[in-house]
Amino acid sequence: MAAGKIDALSQFALHPMFGELGRMGFSQSPLMMAVAAGLTLLILGVGMAPRAMVPGRLQAAAELLYEFVYNMCSETIGEEGRRFFPFVFTLFLFILFGNLLGVFPYFFTFTSHIAVTLALTIVVVVLTTVVGLAIHKLHFFSYFVPEGVPKLLLPLLVPIEILSYLSRLISLSVRLFANMMAGHVMLEVFGAFVIMLGGAGLLGLLPAGLALGVNTVLIGFELLVAVLQAYVFAILTCIYLHDAVHLH
Amino acid sequence: MGQEPGDPRGFSERLRAARERQGLDPRPTRPEPSGAPDPSAFAVGARVALDLVSALLVACAIGWGLDRLFGTKPWFLIGFVPLGGAAGVLNVWRMFAPDPKAPGPDRRKTGPDPGR
Repeated sequence: MAAGKIDALSQFALHPMFGELGRMGFSQSPLMMAVAAGLTLLILGVGMAPRAMVPGRLQAAAELLYEFVYNMCSETIGEEGRRFFPFVFTLFLFILFGNLLGVFPYFFTFTSHIAVTLALTIVVVVLTTVVGLAIHKLHFFSYFVPEGVPKLLLPLLVPIEILSYLSRLISLSVRLFANMMAGHVMLEVFGAFVIMLGGAGLLGLLPAGLALGVNTVLIGFELLVAVLQAYVFAILTCIYLHDAVHLH
Repeated sequence: MGQEPGDPRGFSERLRAARERQGLDPRPTRPEPSGAPDPSAFAVGARVALDLVSALLVACAIGWGLDRLFGTKPWFLIGFVPLGGAAGVLNVWRMFAPDPKAPGPDRRKTGPDPGR
């Protein structure tokens, strides 16, 4: 990194791990997914183990998470939202822990890969479509027919509505992936500045300190983005489910 | 509390609150189309750009795929690109459209309206 050029993207490269498993495609990404899932289960399991009426710290945190997502579901989707709570809760925690773990040095951010976020988004879009079809049967397709439009224009407008519906695939996945990747590239670039300027002699010490300061702020900003993007992903999932349940 | 039992306004108000608490009346849900709470101007701009482009990308992918499938090289792509652009504009319009349920000069249907 200090060899005169900034290598901001190699942090996203996947490296095979664990010998035989690695040859089957196991890398840091699935490892961090497993860590995120395990940590989630650990916090919820250990936190809720006391079943105390007056919760301790970990139990309060677990209950806070639960109630936060529960309220988000029931307020955004409506009364039917409770049925989708387990799905949204899982999705939210998986992305939240993936984002937050990525802030730690040497840890890999699996949400910075479009393959991962697109896969999550495909699950969401397929689920909303299936939910809409299950609740409204074929009437679901009226979702693509705008109200109060002359019949003559429908052949033009229905494909546009369908494309608009499908564009969620890109917008939802790219939003998460781009936010996470951009943040980590910024961190890497400013980290490289610190090393390059710090090694450039006495004159470089002040700008190196400035870059270090920027990086400190960026870490805090990354924490904000990590939580915010997990929230955005979850609330957009809720909004899409609301549309599927209520059709408009 | 402190309300006369015969006060009709206080009673209906309390009844509505109680029904809402029990979940008997489904609350009117109109979620904000925005993702983040209180977004900054830059965040709004990024969202508009993303929504605008994503529909076009999906349209390009579908057009290209259909062309590959049927061997009609440019024609599906040519057809889908304007549709995708229109869908992108529709996405942005949805983001900033006035509430169709709000009273006002809106051409969309606002529900059962005997006057029209």
